[in-house]
Amino acid sequence: MKLVLEKRSEHSEFMTLMSPLLAIALTVLTGAIIFAVQGLNPFEALYVYFIEPLTSMWSLEEVFVKAAPLILIGAGLSVCYMANVWNIGAEGQLTMGAIVGSIVPIVFTSWQSPLALVAMITLGALGGALYAAIPAFLKNRFNANEILTSLMMVYIAQLFLDWVVRGPWKDPKGFNFPQSIAFEGWQLLPTLGDGRVHIGIILAVIVVAILTVLMSRTLKGFEILVIGNSPRAGRFAGFSRKKVVWFCLLLSGGLAGIAGIGEVAGPSGQLQPTISPGYGFTAIIVAFLGRLNPIGVLFAGVMLAITYIGGEAAQIDLGVSDKTAQVFQGILLFFILACDTLILYRIKMLGSTKQQSVAAE
Amino acid sequence: MDATQAVILTIITASTPLLLAAIGELVTERSGVLNLGVEGMMVMGAVCGFAAAYTTGNPYIGILAGVLGGVALSFFFAILTQTLATNQVATGLALTLLGLGLSGLIGESFVGLPGVKLQQLSIPFLSTIPFIGPILFGQDILVYTSIALIFGTTYVLFKTRIGLIIRSVGDNHNSAHALGYNVIAVRYACIMFGGACSGLSGAYLSLAYTPQWIENMTAGRGWVALALVVFSTWLPKRLAIGAYLFGAVWIMGLYVQALGFGIPSQFLSSLPYVVTIIALVIISGNKTLTRVNTPACIGQTFVPDR
Repeated sequence: MKLVLEKRSEHSEFMTLMSPLLAIALTVLTGAIIFAVQGLNPFEALYVYFIEPLTSMWSLEEVFVKAAPLILIGAGLSVCYMANVWNIGAEGQLTMGAIVGSIVPIVFTSWQSPLALVAMITLGALGGALYAAIPAFLKNRFNANEILTSLMMVYIAQLFLDWVVRGPWKDPKGFNFPQSIAFEGWQLLPTLGDGRVHIGIILAVIVVAILTVLMSRTLKGFEILVIGNSPRAGRFAGFSRKKVVWFCLLLSGGLAGIAGIGEVAGPSGQLQPTISPGYGFTAIIVAFLGRLNPIGVLFAGVMLAITYIGGEAAQIDLGVSDKTAQVFQGILLFFILACDTLILYRIKMLGSTKQQSVAAE
Repeated sequence: MDATQAVILTIITASTPLLLAAIGELVTERSGVLNLGVEGMMVMGAVCGFAAAYTTGNPYIGILAGVLGGVALSFFFAILTQTLATNQVATGLALTLLGLGLSGLIGESFVGLPGVKLQQLSIPFLSTIPFIGPILFGQDILVYTSIALIFGTTYVLFKTRIGLIIRSVGDNHNSAHALGYNVIAVRYACIMFGGACSGLSGAYLSLAYTPQWIENMTAGRGWVALALVVFSTWLPKRLAIGAYLFGAVWIMGLYVQALGFGIPSQFLSSLPYVVTIIALVIISGNKTLTRVNTPACIGQTFVPDR
């Protein structure tokens, strides 16, 4: 008996929806096994991980704080991946967006008006987009693989940030800590109510709405789909692959930049050597879990944010390593990709097909 | 030992991990598979190697464990991309994310512990030759292995039947399948060879380069190795030249830093990444160089029809 793949005549709508749920179920099951091996009660651990973050107001707020950047970046990446443009340097674009956006609060500290905030977000988007423009240019002009160039640029951006906060932008009154001055007033993102949730999550929802319309109702969206699925067909239709590469990288870079300035003007309130717990990489998982669909990304972003909060809670309550969350995220992506096979293929046992063919004769 | 000799020795130390990982990926890519999980397999090799060597006190058991760690991850990659026909780019990314997370979890209790250093295996008499003796014959077993791998893969890929099969599978999987070769099995083997090499490379980092475990200690070397394969235009000998050049760049940053020209250390640390991008641009822009040797089926999924 052997398992083989049989191509479906058309891709299964049912499996498109079921596959992420199946993947989550398998991840939870694997998680239970990992916890049991560590000598923990798997039910208790899973409760702490996936349910507890939703039970208190405080942790629910944290989920939205963390979901905002994940959704912003994930939505941009999903458009990229749809077009077969592999931007995996969102973490670097996030970092550059944060640095460029921080020009306003650090250089023009006294500019206190809502316009200052608008300028920060615009500069953040610009910083991220320009940083993503480099791999786009290298791809289109020199055919350099955007996966490798965009990833290399993550390291460069992080080292640049490290220099900025230890060098020119170090807070002179900061007791020599590697951090910038603390942002104040209109140079911080307004919060919703008294909590920690800031307008980043609203921005994320607006972006999702815009991208949904873009992908399903406009020519540009159609162009992206065609180029992504069949570059040859795209060429016959007169669509330019180069333009799509530019569009996707600038868009996803800009959104990552907004996420970056959102982090420093939101939860952290200043530039620090590390501004993100790997949002740019986790957003890759968000994009896939969300079926490369902006609305799907909205749910996937919340789901991945829960694993971050659950990971923190499990560390405090159960003494589980904070690395467990990252392992879960990796396993989740593995399972999503494996389950997605069911969209295009049927899994058949070779033994049973033989019997069928015998019966047919 | 004079200064030139010391510099050459450190360059070899910095180049060996790049070379080991890249040679494995070269074979994988020659069979038509793009495995972007090198960084993940490498970091798993590093943590498994360190943990086993620390527990047993024997660095050679560490090397073995590193190889097993790399092979284990590459096996998952093979199941997904070959048996389940998933997208290779996405699966490779997943492998890297998983490897980085898993290695952090495994290595948590080993942070800050003194490691077991892999000793040099000096070849008698030869290693006492002035100047070139210590460089060529006073290295540890992994450096010798890396050099043997360059010649070994060149020979196997271009002079043997096995090499011909690997290249045909990578260049046209439909024809290879029609000729009766088991495309999936060949690719499984090449993927796991790549995993073993990445594991070796990681073990070299945590046993010889800096004998300790630091989280994410691969620092992007896996990605540089991937770029090196492109840079080498899929030829092992060019790969060796590239790896030593990159190793030199990696070391140059450290030396300039020590001399202290007032250049911020972060700029010097980013040098290898900048050089990688420049190298990629130069090679990719040259169409004749890349087109001749690029495996034609690279990254494409193959599902055999029955």
